Amino acid sequence: MQTAVRSSLPETEFTSRANFAPHARVVREERAAQTTGLPLSIRGLRKSFGDNEVLRGIDLHIPAGQFVAIVGKSGCGKSTLLRLIAGLDRIDAGSISFGQDIQPEDIRVMFQEPRLLPWARVLANVEVGLGRDRASADAHARAEKALIEVGLADKRDQWPSVLSGGQKQRVALGRALVSRPRVLAFDEPLGALDALTRISMQRLLERVWRDQGFTAILVTHDVSEAVALADRVLVIEDGRIAHDVTVNAGRPRQRGSAELAGLEGSILSHLLSADDRT
Amino acid sequence: MSLIDSIPLPRRVRLPRVDGLIQWIVPLAIIAIWQVASVTGFVPTRVLPAPSDVLLAGWKLLLSGELVRNIWVSFWRASIGFLIGGSIGFAFGLANGLSQLSAKLTDTTLQMVRNVPHLALIPLVILWFGIDESAKLFLVALGVFFPIYLNTLHGIRTVDPQLIEMGRIYGMRDGELFRRVIFPGALPSIFVGIRFALGIMWLTLIVAETIAASSGLGYMAMQAREFMLIDVVVLSILIYALLGKLADSASRVLERLTLSWHPAFQKR
Repeated sequence: MQTAVRSSLPETEFTSRANFAPHARVVREERAAQTTGLPLSIRGLRKSFGDNEVLRGIDLHIPAGQFVAIVGKSGCGKSTLLRLIAGLDRIDAGSISFGQDIQPEDIRVMFQEPRLLPWARVLANVEVGLGRDRASADAHARAEKALIEVGLADKRDQWPSVLSGGQKQRVALGRALVSRPRVLAFDEPLGALDALTRISMQRLLERVWRDQGFTAILVTHDVSEAVALADRVLVIEDGRIAHDVTVNAGRPRQRGSAELAGLEGSILSHLLSADDRT
Repeated sequence: MSLIDSIPLPRRVRLPRVDGLIQWIVPLAIIAIWQVASVTGFVPTRVLPAPSDVLLAGWKLLLSGELVRNIWVSFWRASIGFLIGGSIGFAFGLANGLSQLSAKLTDTTLQMVRNVPHLALIPLVILWFGIDESAKLFLVALGVFFPIYLNTLHGIRTVDPQLIEMGRIYGMRDGELFRRVIFPGALPSIFVGIRFALGIMWLTLIVAETIAASSGLGYMAMQAREFMLIDVVVLSILIYALLGKLADSASRVLERLTLSWHPAFQKR
């Protein structure tokens, strides 16, 4: 386990890679070869709402294809950071760069609410995710493929109102995936699901991330979810990155393993100790 | 009968034909009781003629062609007035729901006009249009305008902002956003407006026809009153009831077709 304050990150990243077992490094390089993810560089990012300064200078580099989880207490600015990355809100100061010109379809967001159109059938809802390609001839086929990926091919002609909460969220995931995004931002996508559905959704997220190789940014308040899914966990406090923790456990992750539990405990104690200070 | 028998069966097992007939039990029972009361002299025919007499009067008027002509004239006035008032109301609802500028410009004025009972304008309308067709159309259109305007506006304003944000994120431009998100979202509310408007449409038309007309159902009823033909008066009232029911059913069918996604309209 490694913990590093954000300013020394390039070094930590270097050391963390060096610490990998040789076979782990091979796996990583293989994925890098097929990755479609985009790297992300954030410099001096600030955002205020009125007098309330939510983000007070975020510096962050996310390599292409990495799975990053952002945790923190509510109101710490984690969702704001995600919305800025996704381009949903305006940046006050600083910059976010993806290293190249990007298309709107390259970045997708998944929210806590599925936000499906109730008047469109499941397949049509997934087609919405194609963006400008919605009118193209292969829209149906692509949407169906995305539905198969999230395991809902048999629900294609249903109205969203008849689906369960987990199924709706899977349709939303299919919609986010259908345009083959290179960055996928998750804003507590599993927050409203029951415990069992949550675990199966976490597995699904991990699987599609490994298949497609996008850069994943997950905002969550659930630390165990963060360590179960992410390569790296960022703890945000008072609008800054307070801790940057690398998770080296192999994949697919074994839920409840001692290694992850230890990591979860130490991150939780960070979060709670911040509580004690205030 | 045991308790279990009294628990209703799931809807899909129930026969749709039977379901459709249940709603007519009460109206038919009322007519039957009325017939018995008239025949036994409990209700004097001077006050209320027997349903059979009303039916007979209807048959005579049907043969003379008077009934069909009057119904047709009223129906035509109602639909044209509804179309004119409804389209203008819908257009203003859209404009004011989508554009802040348009809302600021016109909403206050419309709210002031709305609070004038449109039937109070009848004397003015007669002075303007005489007892011409345009007088009736004007009144119906005015009456229908407000429920459609208000409900369209309300529907558009209350579309889930999260869905609109979703549409924007997925690259919908204004036209597509309207077609895929805003309009379908506003549709249930627009239908509420249409059903209110249908009620107001008949009310306005009948009042206008009783006061200033030379044809139509309202005119037929007023003429019959002059000649003390109480069966024809009652006939007209019953026809109003039937026409109102017909308009309501038509809007329900339309609702069912366009809102099949809505949990409230799903047949299971």
